Amino acid sequence: MFRIFHTSCLALVAVAGLAAQPAFAETPDEILAAIHKEAAGTPGFQGFSAARGESFFKTKHGYEWSCSSCHTENPAAQGKHAKTGQVVEPIAPSANAERFTNPKKVEKWFKRNCNDVLGRACTPQEKGDTLAYLFTVKK
Amino acid sequence: MSIYNQKNFRMLAVALLAMGIMIPAAQADDDDRDERYGGKYGEKGEKHSGKYGGENRGKPVQPAQINTKFQQECSSCHIAYAPGLLPAESWRKVMNGLDKHFGSDASLDAQDNKEITAFLVSNASNRWSASTSPLRISETAWFKRKHDGHEIDPAVWKNPKVKSPANCGACHPQAERGNFNERDIRIPK
Repeated sequence: MFRIFHTSCLALVAVAGLAAQPAFAETPDEILAAIHKEAAGTPGFQGFSAARGESFFKTKHGYEWSCSSCHTENPAAQGKHAKTGQVVEPIAPSANAERFTNPKKVEKWFKRNCNDVLGRACTPQEKGDTLAYLFTVKK
Repeated sequence: MSIYNQKNFRMLAVALLAMGIMIPAAQADDDDRDERYGGKYGEKGEKHSGKYGGENRGKPVQPAQINTKFQQECSSCHIAYAPGLLPAESWRKVMNGLDKHFGSDASLDAQDNKEITAFLVSNASNRWSASTSPLRISETAWFKRKHDGHEIDPAVWKNPKVKSPANCGACHPQAERGNFNERDIRIPK
């Protein structure tokens, strides 16, 4: 099963590579494929896991907030900024078609939120697991 | 017309002209009502020009021309605070420290940061004469004076709908558009 996933990801990476500018709109699968390509280069990589992503998303990592502090326990629901109360639109693509279609935006928010939640950058494994989880969440 | 009458006519004309100038001034933004008591709330002994010891927000606080990037980026976590609420140096400091923005990482890429900084700096308060540059709008002298115990019942700040002084929109529904007019204030119950 992992092999099938790998092969389809490789095909997607090839498609993603054709897009000349990272600012161009992409699909969530293309964005996951790019992360997969990065993760594949790390030793011992065995693919992404939605289950691992779910626990990563809902757990605190030594700091005040988890991902779900703002995005809620249900990624298909509207969230609220833990400090300012500003509305956060659903993070799951099933509930919000705009999510994970702009690589620049994805990179910006991973940088910010990983720093806030973990006090460091996320690894490609953590990003991939999280996306694998978010993409399985039904509306 | 006798010389006496001509003199009277001239005086009347001058008086009418003066009234024409006075009336619009009297109808001006009531937010500036205490403008004429310049310096009343300034720091003791300080020689700043203008009110609030020189720590005064600009006018207008929001320029007519809005920058889309400023609007989008700032409003993803809080309202896009009008640039005129702080002096240029405050905005430079805020934009220079976005990776540690009041306890959160709000960093932008270099190009977006540059564009938004330029917008904020060029529309910063035009009435700020103090050498200070606070990071928080709520730390400025004009803000403190306008939101002190005489103006607002302290209980208002404890209302969960208000949450924090950073939450302008709780009482100023048109804050995002730079409208803080007293007539438009709605304090939540």
